[in-house]
Amino acid sequence: MSYTLEGRTGTWEIVVGLEVHAQVISHSKLFSGASASYGGEPNTHVSLVDAGFPGMLPVLNHECVAQAIRTGLGLRARINLESRFDRKNYFYADLPTGYQISQFTHPIVGEGTVEIELSDGTVRHIGITRLHMEQDAGKSMHDQDPTRSFIDLNRAGVALMEIVSEPDIRSPEEAGAYLRKLRQILRYLGTCDGNMEEGSMRADVNVSVRKAGEPFRTRCEIKNVNSIRYVMHAIEVEATRQIEVWEDGGEVDQETRLFDPSRNETRSLRSKEDAHDYRYFPDPDLLPLVVEQTWVDELERALPELPDDKRDRFIKQYGIPRYDASVLVAEQAIADYYEEVAKGRDSRLAANWVTGDLFGALNRTGRSIQDSPISAQALGGMLDLMADKTINGKIAKEVFEDMLETGDSAADIVERKGLKQVTDTGAIDAAVADVLARNADKVEEYRGGKDRLFGFFVGQVMKAMAGKANPAIVNEALKKVL
Amino acid sequence: MSLDPATVRRIARLARIGIDESDLPALQGELNGILGWVEQLNEVDVEGVTPMVGTGHAALRTRDDVVTDGNCRDAVLSNAPDAVGPFYTVPKVVE
Repeated sequence: MSYTLEGRTGTWEIVVGLEVHAQVISHSKLFSGASASYGGEPNTHVSLVDAGFPGMLPVLNHECVAQAIRTGLGLRARINLESRFDRKNYFYADLPTGYQISQFTHPIVGEGTVEIELSDGTVRHIGITRLHMEQDAGKSMHDQDPTRSFIDLNRAGVALMEIVSEPDIRSPEEAGAYLRKLRQILRYLGTCDGNMEEGSMRADVNVSVRKAGEPFRTRCEIKNVNSIRYVMHAIEVEATRQIEVWEDGGEVDQETRLFDPSRNETRSLRSKEDAHDYRYFPDPDLLPLVVEQTWVDELERALPELPDDKRDRFIKQYGIPRYDASVLVAEQAIADYYEEVAKGRDSRLAANWVTGDLFGALNRTGRSIQDSPISAQALGGMLDLMADKTINGKIAKEVFEDMLETGDSAADIVERKGLKQVTDTGAIDAAVADVLARNADKVEEYRGGKDRLFGFFVGQVMKAMAGKANPAIVNEALKKVL
Repeated sequence: MSLDPATVRRIARLARIGIDESDLPALQGELNGILGWVEQLNEVDVEGVTPMVGTGHAALRTRDDVVTDGNCRDAVLSNAPDAVGPFYTVPKVVE
């Protein structure tokens, strides 16, 4: 089921590649000892290296290299044991040196692949072209003064990983799925927090359109889109614009554009012909970066279990459907929670409670799994009461709501409210007799062949016993008498 | 390889160097001289030779990921011609 857009001259498909800038989790910057943390006072997380003072020399942060390699391994990509740093030259007020140190000809990570899953269950593989390390720029503020822009260099020099995909993406949905998957992998690895609102993950979106079977046409690059939803919108809006240009007999120019969500349009950002002439050359301050295979192996051994592997293990180990497994591995904390609940218990029942009632409750209360009002142990405790038949499924729902509200353990709630399931056959038999006596007409109908009424009798008995009767015993007692 | 006047003008613009039209011929001659000098290297046959990046086989040095610098805003802003409070300022750049 492929995604296409209808134009006046026929059907168009879209071709998308993404360049994701992911801020590396580290204490200090890529080439200086200034803090890389977010939210400091303006221009305090800045060293003279970051501010581009004469004579200052960059010294590479070892941990940032490790983070890039971990990410490469997580993308099942080739690690280049030798890579280099180049200068990308351009002038902008928040780039004090006049060049960004980046990796152009020899990136640290080569080809890899990311598996995505679409809502209809289709699985696709999106190729990764490369991942390289580079410096972030500072921040310009244009709204502080009528004639001046204010510059804060706190972010200047913070390590970024630029992750470039192949033009393998064919729909806005695939772009969204790719970004979510990438963010999930980065978070599992602990190499980037993936927080798009704070700008620690940003995407440049390359879009072109073509008729089926054609080679690629000219693409446009939409810069710095800062949410997954916007990326999906921008692709659709830009593709629609390009189709109009082609169908009006025009040519799409290769250019950089900006997505304006408030107007739902893209517009040309830098029409300057020189915009892409960065005059890259090897940075003479930095020798080639050589890493040992033994170190790469060491980093690989220490990697956490990745989402795809975890999902496959959950399916096998816990016997749960693929969809549930995918939902449960969305975040590491959810997966850990689930495993704690499922340990030594009915794993499918555990999955149902976590993905159903628990997620519902978290949604309602606006909480995340980390500050869930019901801990994994507490939920497990409730499942134990179900397993040993202290409570039935219906009462469990009531206990769950109470746990949510009071934070008490399931056992305490059952005790306090007297919810213990009645397994006393005498009491159940009495309730059954009573219900049948009061519904003599229905008993006649049932015996006359109206089997469906059995459920009615069960309901009535349960009601008479305030929901606490063991359903299996009730069924049995009813069958016996009827 | 030789540079024409248009290329010289373009290089100057990329480097944000303002040059006079009358300086172009002289600059063109100088740049072509430099290029010609460097091009002598093409006479050396380096087929199959691994690029040498230094004489000492030195490896790139790295540092530990600890915060050792920063928090020196006064020094950072000391040369700024028009600082306002904690910020550098520049003539407004809006695209």
